[in-house]
Amino acid sequence: MNDIGGDSVRVVLPAHLRAIARIQGEVRVDVSGAVTQRTVLDALETEFPMLRGTIRDRATARRRAFVRFFACGEDLSHEEPDAPLPERVVQAEEPFRIIGAMAGG
Amino acid sequence: MGGTRVLVGTRKGAFVLTSDGGRSDWTVDGPHFPGWEVYHLKGSPVNPDRIYASQTSGWFGQVIQRSDDGGASWETVGNDFTYDGVPGEHQWYDGSLRPWAFTRVWHLEPSLHDAETVYAGVEDAALFKSTDGGAQWAELSGLRQHDTGPQWQPGAGGMCLHTIVQHPTDPDRLYVAISAAGAFRTTDGGRTWEPINKGLRSGEIPDEDSEVGHCVHRIDMHPANPDVLYMQKHWDVMRSKDGGDTWHEVSGNLPSDFGFPITVHAHEPETVYVVPILSDSHHFPPDGRLRVYRSRTGGDEWEALTDGLPQENCYVNVLRDAMAVDQHESCGVYFGTSGGQVYASRDSGDSWSPIVRDLPAVLSVEVQTLP
Repeated sequence: MNDIGGDSVRVVLPAHLRAIARIQGEVRVDVSGAVTQRTVLDALETEFPMLRGTIRDRATARRRAFVRFFACGEDLSHEEPDAPLPERVVQAEEPFRIIGAMAGG
Repeated sequence: MGGTRVLVGTRKGAFVLTSDGGRSDWTVDGPHFPGWEVYHLKGSPVNPDRIYASQTSGWFGQVIQRSDDGGASWETVGNDFTYDGVPGEHQWYDGSLRPWAFTRVWHLEPSLHDAETVYAGVEDAALFKSTDGGAQWAELSGLRQHDTGPQWQPGAGGMCLHTIVQHPTDPDRLYVAISAAGAFRTTDGGRTWEPINKGLRSGEIPDEDSEVGHCVHRIDMHPANPDVLYMQKHWDVMRSKDGGDTWHEVSGNLPSDFGFPITVHAHEPETVYVVPILSDSHHFPPDGRLRVYRSRTGGDEWEALTDGLPQENCYVNVLRDAMAVDQHESCGVYFGTSGGQVYASRDSGDSWSPIVRDLPAVLSVEVQTLP
């Protein structure tokens, strides 16, 4: 978690995951190579191993059903994990947002 | 006279209730993990400061927490519950086959012999073991890979392994229960398993004497008499006097033999407690009266315990892991309800009073008797 070297990507976590990871505010993770959902989440889980399994299913590595990904005002939840993230995320001008979906009645 | 610590898991966090041995004045600490479902938390019998907790969420999956200071502070430990090998398939509600998929940890059972060893019962049904304080988990896959596995089917709450009972002196001997597969026993530390469901006679399944398919809700044992097992089944309260080889019904004069928890007194191996519930579709006590029933004869003859419990307009439920006893000389009995009350008795159930009344729905209650 620093902004030196590689592409430093800003990530905003939902409150429950900030509590698990014991962080406040947004975090920055260093991503080497292409900046995609997969590489950002890999970097996040490397920095915060306690988040493994909370965003992506352990067995399938797929996004958990009630977790959504947003950036630059767009819902990226259904993008391919290896699709490039928006350039403004790559440039750390906008955060990659991980959100607990609104669910219930 | 030592202290008393009650560990309460609820739909929206965990609470730690503490008192001295008198058990009159309580301190309520929590919620820990607010907003998360805490299916179960339990302390190590070897080191009571070591507590394991199952924190789970429909959004964010499974987290395991561990405390080394009696629940004052917590750290996350391992949450990788990957099935051993190719998971295979079990039956779904409609009889179709569905792959085994991990959902959550229902029950954590710390070893009687080693504070670093702990078992986890999970949904979809499997048993995991950690020998490093929960950092890493390995499946005892002989259970799930039993020949009957493809016949197992979920109960209404999911296909969960919810009960883990350890033999007091033989660490290789374990009993587990799965809804709705039934009860299983290992005598080799979890390598091989056998169904132990003879005599359960579940009228609600096509073959009431089936080897598996029984909706066992909970099993308990007294360490002084480990061949005797007590079971609350979906319907029927059962007893085995031969370590699960055979079962016979001891529902006797209960007003309903449906229920979830069953718990044995700390010092009297033939004294056992249940909470009758009207039916599987009602999930509240008969007549709106919350009554714990106690048998001092190992079942069959039951007496209602009502002093201090609501006897009108009470429509709460008590779940399978939400009742426990302490080890004080005058045995304490505790249970939590779907209405968020935790009731305690200091006199083996003769009288009751609430410790707290307004917690989230209670999923589990465990008690530690401290030195």
